[in-house]
Parts: sequence; structure tokens; C-alpha cells
Amino acid sequence: MSLTSAPAVRARAVLPGFRLTLGTTVLYLSIIVLIPIIALVLTGAGIGPARLWAIITAPRTLASLRITITAAAVATIINAAYGLLMAWVLVRYRFPGRRLLDALMDIPFALPTAVAGLSLTALYSANGWFGSVLEPLGLQVVYTLGGIVLAMSFTSIPFVVRAVQPVLEELDPALEQAAASLGSRGFTTFRRVIFPAIMPAWLGGVTTSFARSLGEFGAVVFIAGNLPFKTEIASLLAYIRLEEYDYEGAAAIALVLMVLALVLLFVSNMVQLRAARHGAVTA
Amino acid sequence: MTRVLLIGAAVVLTAIMVVVPLVYIFVQALSAGWGAYVSNILDPGTLHAIWLTTLVAVIVVPVTVAFGIAASWLLSKFTFRGRGLLITMIELPFSISPIIAGICYLLLYGRQGYLGGWLAQNDITILFALPGILMVTMFVTTPFVVREVLPLMQAQGSDQEQAAVTLGAGGWQVFRRVTLPNIRWALLYGAVLTTARAVGEFGGVAVVSGSIRGKTNTLPLQVELLFNDLNVVGAFAAATVLTLIALVVLVAKTVLERRAGRH
Repeated sequence: MSLTSAPAVRARAVLPGFRLTLGTTVLYLSIIVLIPIIALVLTGAGIGPARLWAIITAPRTLASLRITITAAAVATIINAAYGLLMAWVLVRYRFPGRRLLDALMDIPFALPTAVAGLSLTALYSANGWFGSVLEPLGLQVVYTLGGIVLAMSFTSIPFVVRAVQPVLEELDPALEQAAASLGSRGFTTFRRVIFPAIMPAWLGGVTTSFARSLGEFGAVVFIAGNLPFKTEIASLLAYIRLEEYDYEGAAAIALVLMVLALVLLFVSNMVQLRAARHGAVTA
Repeated sequence: MTRVLLIGAAVVLTAIMVVVPLVYIFVQALSAGWGAYVSNILDPGTLHAIWLTTLVAVIVVPVTVAFGIAASWLLSKFTFRGRGLLITMIELPFSISPIIAGICYLLLYGRQGYLGGWLAQNDITILFALPGILMVTMFVTTPFVVREVLPLMQAQGSDQEQAAVTLGAGGWQVFRRVTLPNIRWALLYGAVLTTARAVGEFGGVAVVSGSIRGKTNTLPLQVELLFNDLNVVGAFAAATVLTLIALVVLVAKTVLERRAGRH
């Protein structure tokens, strides 16, 4: 941002369109984003702290939050490993089909979550391709916590890959050559030299992946079975409260999820800031 | 050796996690034959949902593009107080789950919401109708164009525009002749991403549309409705339309990335 401030100050006197674009932007953001969010915060304030606390600590709400956070955490761990592997393979190796593999990483963003949920549910149900193999082994995925994990990890696949890829691409090969000349090999080089360099980007990707999983709805509702206390996620419970016309209950749960998301956004920004500063020192 | 192992693991895992679920959509949709597939697509409810989703995209994408241009112009050409706050507000919908957005809309524009009484008095319907679907989709896609266009406009600076103004060009002329040719690929890229998101939005639309059969059911909601009706093949048939759109989006995205020299 500070990069452009100098020419922008000069431009201010010359370029037209300030009022028009300011008016459009502020009006649009107010109607579409800001006022609806204020409505949620006001509703939360109207409920009052005592009642808010009672709703949030009700057993069913707590159970749904526990299920959501547990599943999101497991899904994020899976993607943290898988994403790192994919970024490494896509950047470091040249092989036939690499471009296709790279393009496939965007599928979970392009595919509507409801379609993903539908397909995964059918695939892992008792007569689906994967379910018919797994269920005789006693592994039930559909309508269990495992199903929720599966849906969450599918929809957040691209975050870690796309965060790590550019950093890995720009990594100075001299670092690794130096490590090799000092006798470091293979995995040791990766652990001691490469991983520390890509860790901030990786952590950033992991945090966004976790945030996205906490809020995922479309894919999960298909596969979860949505049993209270067992496979009911928090955003679904908020939706159910709405259908029961319990707007306070829905607002309270939505507030908790929004605060969680904003805290994660803040953490992710901090990680990236620290990484930028750290990078400046070592470079 | 490590190389072969890692590539192998990457390919196998991606096949299991991404490719098979993708292929399975078409396998299931065609499991009862082409005839059944065609009649599933031609089901009035599904046809209506396809039409509604197209309508939503056709309206939301140009609006998001126009907003993206205005906001990027504002944020790249001028410095003013509150600029950082505007950027935060534009980024906010990325972090907020669409279903929360839907709940916000209900609390504001719903019958018991803060503006509910006023809207009813003036005969304005937003929720459980097209305006609500459009607005919540706009909420979700707010950052999409700005995120692609703003960094580019910042990197390019304002020298060319200033020169044009000095030579006597008007505002629109500067934009059309100078700025637009510089940002067109980024703009198109943003529009493509917006299309994908607008077409597939589920959680937010589920709350504000009321999922009224044959009225406010968008295509992703229709997929869920058919699935809940135990018409799995019909649900998959509807899903193929969304999947094809997603694949077209991916191809367009790849082409545009190469044009714009990304990656």
C-alpha cells in the first residue's frame, strides 16, 4: 500500500472520478456487507450477555461447536500434509501430466460445494465405489465424523498448495547447494533449510484452510447425516434455529462463528506479517 | 527414487480425493441411461433452477465487475482517510461463512428484521425472492474482482492516466482508452472466478431464498432438494450442469493465467 502513496498524492489533484467511485464503493459496501453485519452484531447485543452465554453453553450448541472444530482440525492436518506434498511435487519435478495435476488443484474451488457433497456421499455410501470396499472392513464414512472431515478437506484442498507453491518456486537454489556442499542430504536439507523458508506461507495456508473448514456448510450437510450431538455442525445448527424461527439462537451461533473466523483472519495476517519481516532480515 | 515415490503418492492421492469424485458425478448421472438423463435435465423444477442460476450469474457478475472497477480505481488512484477500512470491508466476505451472511440478511431484511417493517410498508420484497438471492451472492463475491484488479492497477501506477488527463482527455475516455486495456485480462479473470462462485453459492442462498420449489430454488439448492427426495440420479443430473460450468471456468482460468503471464 505504501508503495503507491507517493504517486497517488500527486494524482489526487489531476485524476477525475474520486467522488463517483467513493460514492459507489461506500454505498455498495454499506448495503451489501456492512449493514447486514451490523444487524447481526446489534441482534447479539440485544440478546444480552447472560442469554447469549446460555445459548452458547447449551449442551447441543457446545456439542456442535466441538464437532465442527474437531472435524475442521483433522481436515486441516490432512490438507497440511497433502498440500505440502502437492506443492513440492508440482514445483520441483517435471513429469508428463504435471500441468493437469496442477489444474486439478483448483477443482474444489470451481466445483459448487453442494455438488462435492453429493458426489462424496454417494461415493462413500454402502453401495458406492469406495463405500462398498470400506464398509465390509468396518469403516463407515457417511453419516459419521469421518464424513464431515472428508467433506471439509475436499473443499479446502487448494489453500495450502496455492500458498506454498509460489514461495517454493522463488526459493534461492544457492541455499540448498550450500547445504549440500556442507554434507547435508535429502530429508535433512528439507527439514533444516527448505521447510523453515516455506513455513510461514504453509502456516498461512493452514490457517485459511482451517477457517474455511469451520464455515463449510454445503458439502457437509449432504454427508454428515446431521444427528444432534453426533454429526451436527455449528453452521447447520444455526440454520435449524432459523427454521424454528429462533432468530436469537441462530444469531448467537452465527456470532460465535464470525468471531472465530475474524480471530483466525487476524492470526493469519500476523503470521504473514512476521514472515515478511523475518524474510527481510535473512535476505 | 524419492522422486518417483513422491510423484506416485501425489497422483494416487489426487486421484482418490479429486478425480474419482469428479468422474463419479457423470457416472451416477448416466447410470440410468441417456434417456433418463435427458428427462431428468428437462424436469420442470431442474429447468427452472438452471434458468434462475443463469439469471443470478448474468446479473451478479456485471454488478461485481462494475463495483470492482470503481473500488479499484478509488483505492489505487487516491489516498484518503478510511482507505484501509474500505479494504478490510471488501476482504471481510472471504472470512465470513456464507451461511452467516444469510443469517445477517435475515436479521436485517427479514420480516422481523430491523428493516422488515419499513420494507413491508413500502411493498419491497427482498427475502425469499430474487433480490435476496442476488444480494447475498453479491456479498459472497464482493472481493473477487477487486482482488485481481487492484494489485495490477497499483503496480501500474497512474502516470499514463495523468498524461492522458493533461492532454485533455475526460474521465471516461481515460478509463476506456488507457486503464481498461491494461487491466482487461485481470478483469476477465476476476469475472470468471465470480461466475464460478455465483453459480455455486449454497449456504447463503439456502437461508435467504427459502428454497421455494419452482420459484427461488437455484441449481445447487435443486441438487439438495432432489437428493432429499431420494431422486439421486436426478440430483446427479442437475449436478452435471454445475460441474460442466466448473470445468469451463477452469479452462478459462488456465487460458487467462497464461495470457496474463501468471504462474
